[in-house]
Amino acid sequence: MLKNPEAKIVGREAWGDYVLLRFEAPTISALARPGQFLMVRVADGPYPLLRRPLGIHLRKDKALGVFFKIAGEGTALLARKRPGETLDVLGPLGNGFSVDPCLAGKAVFAVGGGRGIAPLYFLAWELRALGAAVKILYGGRTKDDVPLAARFRDEAFDQVLTTDDGSAGREGFVTAALEEEAGKAAPAMIFACGPDPMLEAVGRIAAARDIPAELSLESRMGCGFGACWGCVQRVRVDGKPAWVKICEDGPVFPAEAVVWDKDAR
Amino acid sequence: MTDLSVDLGFLRLKNPVLAASGTFGYGLEFEPFLELERLGGFVVKGLYYGPREGNPPPRLVETPSGLINAIGLQGIGVAAFAEKILPRLRSLKTAVIVNVCGASEEEYVRVVEFLDGCEGIAAYELNISCPNVQKDGACPAFSPEATAAIVREVKRAGRRPVITKLSPNVTSVVEIALAAQEAGTDAVALVNTFLAMAIDVETRRPKLGNVLGGLSGPAIRPIAVRMVWQVASRLKVPVIGVGGIRTGTDALEFLIAGARAVQVGTANLVDPDACLRVLAGLEDYCRRHGIGRLEEIVGTVKT
Ligand SMILES: Cc1cc2nc3c(=O)[nH]c(=O)nc-3n(C[C@H](O)[C@H](O)[C@H](O)COP(=O)(O)OP(=O)(O)OC[C@H]3O[C@@H](n4cnc5c(N)ncnc54)[C@H](O)[C@@H]3O)c2cc1C
Ligand SMILES: Cc1cc2nc3c(=O)[nH]c(=O)nc-3n(C[C@H](O)[C@H](O)[C@H](O)COP(=O)(O)O)c2cc1C
Ligand code: FES
Repeated sequence: MLKNPEAKIVGREAWGDYVLLRFEAPTISALARPGQFLMVRVADGPYPLLRRPLGIHLRKDKALGVFFKIAGEGTALLARKRPGETLDVLGPLGNGFSVDPCLAGKAVFAVGGGRGIAPLYFLAWELRALGAAVKILYGGRTKDDVPLAARFRDEAFDQVLTTDDGSAGREGFVTAALEEEAGKAAPAMIFACGPDPMLEAVGRIAAARDIPAELSLESRMGCGFGACWGCVQRVRVDGKPAWVKICEDGPVFPAEAVVWDKDAR
Repeated sequence: MTDLSVDLGFLRLKNPVLAASGTFGYGLEFEPFLELERLGGFVVKGLYYGPREGNPPPRLVETPSGLINAIGLQGIGVAAFAEKILPRLRSLKTAVIVNVCGASEEEYVRVVEFLDGCEGIAAYELNISCPNVQKDGACPAFSPEATAAIVREVKRAGRRPVITKLSPNVTSVVEIALAAQEAGTDAVALVNTFLAMAIDVETRRPKLGNVLGGLSGPAIRPIAVRMVWQVASRLKVPVIGVGGIRTGTDALEFLIAGARAVQVGTANLVDPDACLRVLAGLEDYCRRHGIGRLEEIVGTVKT
C-alpha cells in the first residue's frame, strides 16, 4: 500500500459520462491485483475533501487505468484531468478477486453492471493469461451505459451484452442473461461487480446452481485503508452477521457471506 | 535545530502533533505510510469495555470541506486491545494515548481500571463528547456536573494522567472546561465533532443511517480555534487544540490561540501522512521566524 502523489496521466478516453484515465504509477502497478482499488484525490485543496474509491481497471506495462462514471462533483472534477497532469493516488487497497490457478482451462463468468464493469476488465485479462475461458456479461441501462462493449468485442472476449431498454444487445437485466447462460453451461466461478440489487440477484442465481461466486461491494469510504470504520456492510464472519470494513476485508466477498436481507441483519 | 517539544506538565511530547482519536485507527494502520515515532503521539480509537457494533451505514457523508460521521464507536473492547494491539505499540518511542468511552460513569472507571493493568499507555483521553451514541447527540460533556463526576471518578480510580475531550455542542464550553479542571483533569482537548445532519433531497431521507452525525474537517476549524482561545484564556491546565487541521499553518493558529499541543483528525483519512506535513510546516515556520523553541509561541495571540 503506497501513496503516489504525482502519477503522471498518460492517456484519457471518454464516452459521454464515462471516462478512462491511464497514469504511470510503477510501484503501485507492480503490486496491483484485480478487484483491488485506489483512493484518488480529485482536487488539491480541502474541497472536495475526501479521496474517491475507484477500482483498478487495467494494468499495462507500468501504467494503471481507472474507468469511472461521472456520479457527482468529485468524479466530474476527475473527468477534467488531462494527459500531462498528475493524479494523487493511494493503493493498491483491498483484497481483490481470487484469480486462482485452478481456474486454468475452466469457464468463468464476469458479470458487470454499469460502472461495475471497471474492475472486471483487469480481471478478464488476468484470467485469460491464466488460461481460463472468460465470458463477459455486461449490462447497462441504455447503449450509452455500456461503452466498453466494443473493446471487449475487439479484444475477442466472449460477451453477452444487455441493456434495460434494448438499445444495445439483449433487452433486460444482465442477471436474466446470467440465469440463461448459467443454465446452458454452468461456469466454474462467477465474479460480479455492480449495483446492490444486481449483486444480490447474482448471489441468488449462483447459490441456486451451487456455483461459487465473488461479489465486489461498494460503500462510502472515508480513508480506504481501515482507519475510520466508515465503510462497513453486513457480512457474515464465522457465520455471524457483523459490520465489516469493505476497504480492508473487501471489497470482494464470497457471495454467501454477504447479508442482503435487512431483517436478518 | 528548532526544539519542537512541548510540556503538558504530566507528559513531555517530542513535538505538539498528535493524531486524533477515531481517525488514526489503532495506529498500526498507518505504519505503511509514516514512522509512528515521528509523531508527538497518537490517540487510538475510542474503547468501551467490551466490543461494540457501531451504527448502521451509511456512516459517512461529505459536505463542503467537511465530513459528517456517525460511526457509533464500533470497536474491539479493552481486552482485545490489550492482547492484540497494545503489545505492538508498546515499543514505540512516542506517546500512546487511549480514548476511553463509557455508557455510564462505572464503565469509564472499568475501562481505566483494566488499562491501568497494562503498560505502554501515556495517558487517557476521556471521550465524554461523542455525538453518535446517545439520542439527539447528547453526551456527558453537555453538563458541568456530569463532566466533573466522570473526571473525578476516573482520577480517583486510575493511575494515569487524564485528558478530558470536550464537546463544542454547548452554550459555554468554558464552563464545562472549568468544571473538568475543578474535578482534577490534567488537560482538556477540544473540540470533538459538531452535531450535524445532511438530507438527500431526492428521497427526502437523512444521508446517514444514524440520522445525525458529527461534522469534522476544515469546515469547523475557525469555530474550534475560537473555542480553544476562549478556553485557554481561562484555564490553568494545558489545552489541546483539535478541529480541521491539515497544515502547519492550521496547527499554528491553535498554538498561538493557546493550545499547547494539537490533534490532526480527518486529514489523516485523506493523507495518511498528514501529520508529517503539519510537522514540516511547523519546522518551516520556526525557521522563517527564527524561533528556537516552538513552545514559546503558545498563547501569544496579540488581541
Ligand atoms: C471499492 C470501490 C470501488 C469503486 N470503483 C469504481 C469504479 O471503478 N468506477 C466508478 O465509476 N465508480 C466506482 N466506485 C464508486 C465511486 O467511488 C463513486 O461514484 C464516487 O465516489 C462518487 O463521487 P462523486 O464526488 O462524483 O459523487 P458524490 O457527489 O460524492 O456522490 C454522488 C452519488 O454517488 C454516491 N456515492 C458517493 N460515494 C460513493 C461510494 N464511495 N460508493 C458508492 N456510491 C457513492 C452518493 O450516494 C451519491 O448518490 C467505487 C466505489 C467503491 C467503494
Ligand atoms: C471518523 C471519525 C471517528 C472519530 N472517532 C472518535 C473517537 O472514537 N473518539 C473521539 O474522542 N473522537 C473521535 N472523533 C473526533 C476526532 O477525534 C476530532 O475530535 C474531530 O474529528 C475534529 O478534528 P478534525 O476536524 O481534525 O477531524 C472522530 C472523528 C471522525 C471523523
Ligand atoms: S474507508 Fe475507512 S475504514 Fe474503510
